[in-house]
Amino acid sequence: MSEYLILIYEDEKSYADQDPALWQEAMEAHGRFAEQVTAMGAKILGGNALQPTATATTIRGDVVTDGPFVETKEVLGGYYLVEASDLDQALEIGKLCPAPFGGVEVRPIMEFPDS
Amino acid sequence: MPDPADRRAVSDAVADAHRREWGFVLAATARVAGSIDLAEECVQDAYGAALEAWLRDGVPRSPGAWLTTTARRRALDVLRREQTLRRKLPLLVEPLAEEELPVGEEIPDDRLRLVFTCCHPAIAREAQVALTLRLVCGLTTAEIARAFLVSEPTMAARVTRAKKKISAARIPYRVPAAADLPARLDAVLTVVHLLFTTGHTAPVGADLLRHDLVERALDLGRMLRLLMPDEPEVRGLLALMLLTDARRASRVAADGSLVLLEDQDRSRWDRAQIDEGLALVTDLLRGSPGRFGLQAAIAAVHATAPTYADTDWSRLLLLYDALAVLWPTPVVALNRVVPLMMVSGPAAALAEVEALEAAGQLAGYRYLAATKADLLRRLSRDAEAAAAYRTALSQADNDTERAFLAGRLASVSPTEDG
Repeated sequence: MSEYLILIYEDEKSYADQDPALWQEAMEAHGRFAEQVTAMGAKILGGNALQPTATATTIRGDVVTDGPFVETKEVLGGYYLVEASDLDQALEIGKLCPAPFGGVEVRPIMEFPDS
Repeated sequence: MPDPADRRAVSDAVADAHRREWGFVLAATARVAGSIDLAEECVQDAYGAALEAWLRDGVPRSPGAWLTTTARRRALDVLRREQTLRRKLPLLVEPLAEEELPVGEEIPDDRLRLVFTCCHPAIAREAQVALTLRLVCGLTTAEIARAFLVSEPTMAARVTRAKKKISAARIPYRVPAAADLPARLDAVLTVVHLLFTTGHTAPVGADLLRHDLVERALDLGRMLRLLMPDEPEVRGLLALMLLTDARRASRVAADGSLVLLEDQDRSRWDRAQIDEGLALVTDLLRGSPGRFGLQAAIAAVHATAPTYADTDWSRLLLLYDALAVLWPTPVVALNRVVPLMMVSGPAAALAEVEALEAAGQLAGYRYLAATKADLLRRLSRDAEAAAAYRTALSQADNDTERAFLAGRLASVSPTEDG
């Protein structure tokens, strides 16, 4: 088994514009996602939704600035750390992951040899 | 000392095994080595050892089995020496113990796993092509760089990056499950077809044809047909390549200039290859053919037509209509223009080309301007034809094609100097 980070990139404006009922729908979708991942024999090791990029603060060297690291339309809005058998299973999980206003990026976690 | 004739025969046998068996040996070794990199190193060593061993003991009855056994033993040695490394290699499959290694003829053909790994959608298309040539066909990085006219360091970096991704992202070493197979197979066929078209009409350079690439694509097509005999699209692709390549002797004149299908000497077409292709196409059209099957059927109509004028253009138009539904790309729409012209005349075809031009998706595609120029020429609209030929010339990088376009340009602009 290997670990992958699933990064959810979406247009955050779409969420800001939504009414509470649609929020509820999104939460339910993520709940179903968690069940599906377990059912396929993989594991969610962790995950979080992030506050909007308006709350982000960037530091380069010693300079602290307001806003996200890179200004883009689709921004990192949340992530899951999952354990999967290989990239194919991780991609399968990525396809199930709700991201109606964007998409997800699947990145393998780097492993360091035990010393 | 072995006599020089023996040495020559043995080195020929090694070269032949390299050409024929590289992918087989590497695929079988990767299962044991657990990593493609280690497998490649061990296969390289096995080929290196073959020359001396075969000179001493004679060429083995099954060179592929000898090379696989040798490469696998080396892989196991390395793994034993580096036990820690072995723990860090969850990649491909559990390495087999030496006593479990099948010997002799019992080695299963793992080349499909290798091909599907090389053509995994997580790898960029150009890297898929490079990896397939490197790992399945055994070409050196220098040879691949030459084939695609990029520098060797560029190609080496491309191959290294892709191999690193296979191991870091754990791209699995297996044939995809039935549900994913159609999409994944399409990627494999696309890679082989890209290799073929790159060889059939080189995008840049002095020669129209790069026959080395065509041969490799045909080898891969035959290999896939052997390993997946029931896949219609595999048969379709092989048929398409055989039927298209059968025309190679007539595509370039003695002086190196381009000869269009219309003007080709059909007696010089490779009849044996056409028959081989036709045999594959015959039952394809009974089912619901895919995009390679339909293209093969199109190539078959040309291959069996006695002359250009005597070609079944209405059938071609129907086949192109079906292809355009299945595979609605502007390039297919452009290719459909030729049978449309033969059935409905150049004015109808020109309207179609102008619509494609207006849609803008083919901007910069050299065959759009060339097709438009040809239709205008047939309609005797010489000034407009000349302008279109100039556009096509500015977009073509293959010298043979450039010479052809320049000739046509001269024919429609007789007063032009130079």
